[in-house]
Amino acid sequence: MEENNESPFMKYLRKDRLPNIFCAGCGNGIVLNTFFNGMEMAEVDFDSIAMASGIGCSSRIPGYVKCDSLHTTHGRPISFATGLKLGNPDLNVVVFTGDGDAAAIGGNHLIHGARRNIDMTVICINNSIYGMTGGQISPTSPQGSYGSTAPYGVFERPFDLAELVTAAGATYVARWTTAHALQLTNAIKKGLNNKGFSFIEVISQCPTYFGRKNKLRTPIDMMRWMKDSGVNKLKADQMSAEELEGKIVVGEFANEPQPEFSNELYNLIEEKYGQKSQAAKSAYRED
Amino acid sequence: MIKLDPNLCKGCSICTEFCPKNVYENSKTPDKRGIRIPVPKNQDKCTQCNLCALMCPDQAIKVDEEDE
Repeated sequence: MEENNESPFMKYLRKDRLPNIFCAGCGNGIVLNTFFNGMEMAEVDFDSIAMASGIGCSSRIPGYVKCDSLHTTHGRPISFATGLKLGNPDLNVVVFTGDGDAAAIGGNHLIHGARRNIDMTVICINNSIYGMTGGQISPTSPQGSYGSTAPYGVFERPFDLAELVTAAGATYVARWTTAHALQLTNAIKKGLNNKGFSFIEVISQCPTYFGRKNKLRTPIDMMRWMKDSGVNKLKADQMSAEELEGKIVVGEFANEPQPEFSNELYNLIEEKYGQKSQAAKSAYRED
Repeated sequence: MIKLDPNLCKGCSICTEFCPKNVYENSKTPDKRGIRIPVPKNQDKCTQCNLCALMCPDQAIKVDEEDE
């Protein structure tokens, strides 16, 4: 009865790859669990899921999942995922990306994916630092935080990713932290069900680099900080800028359906050529 | 019944901290990897909310429903 002792999410994982490479207490594992939980709640077929990821700690996640996955060049997972979705619109494309991957090198791909409103779910694990390369400051590091390239603290202003993607036109945007696992599950469920560009930003802990440089040495310290400084969007809208200093605004930023890119494109092809696109699913045809 | 896989656990203590009923306790003695693996000491308090299984970053925890 060995199977009974396994975690409920083990059936989706490549067991021969475990234990995973992430540091003790890394948030990536929590996001992985909440993704499976949200997928079960959204009643999405696991076989229809295809994952794409770029480079970074968080982009190693698809390597542990028993589904079709693409591990692509740095910053370009959304471009690859666009091709994947247009090649076979029946797939549920999920992109796992980090803050360096989505906001720094792949910033343009992110906003143009959102502008096109192509149907995919982008889960951005934002740990506010470049964890894989040694703790350099990323575009989302909070002002005043320390890193190996900012020994006196960051003075640059950080990106607000959720607001950026909302402004770029994504149809479902939410931000939660790893300390809000149940709310995050719900957001992933809504993101998977949304027909359009869904962006879920997860503020995650990196105890190894962000924690060590910012006096939050253990994952527990970091998660307590995230839990205590989280303010819901509805409440934050009524607070002043001074009150919101050092807080993490969590909640739903956008949720309004718009015409979806692959749908529109296929409708146009059918309208102009009088038949369904031949390109779609050509690799899957029996002849 | 809480089952914990000692080969997958990395001893981050997230389950100890976030269990709403304080079911877990860190073991006093480290194992041979130097990790203090949490022990579900107060299993009678467990309400099977499954939060520990959801928040375990290493998929090491399974919470079984009580079979009488």
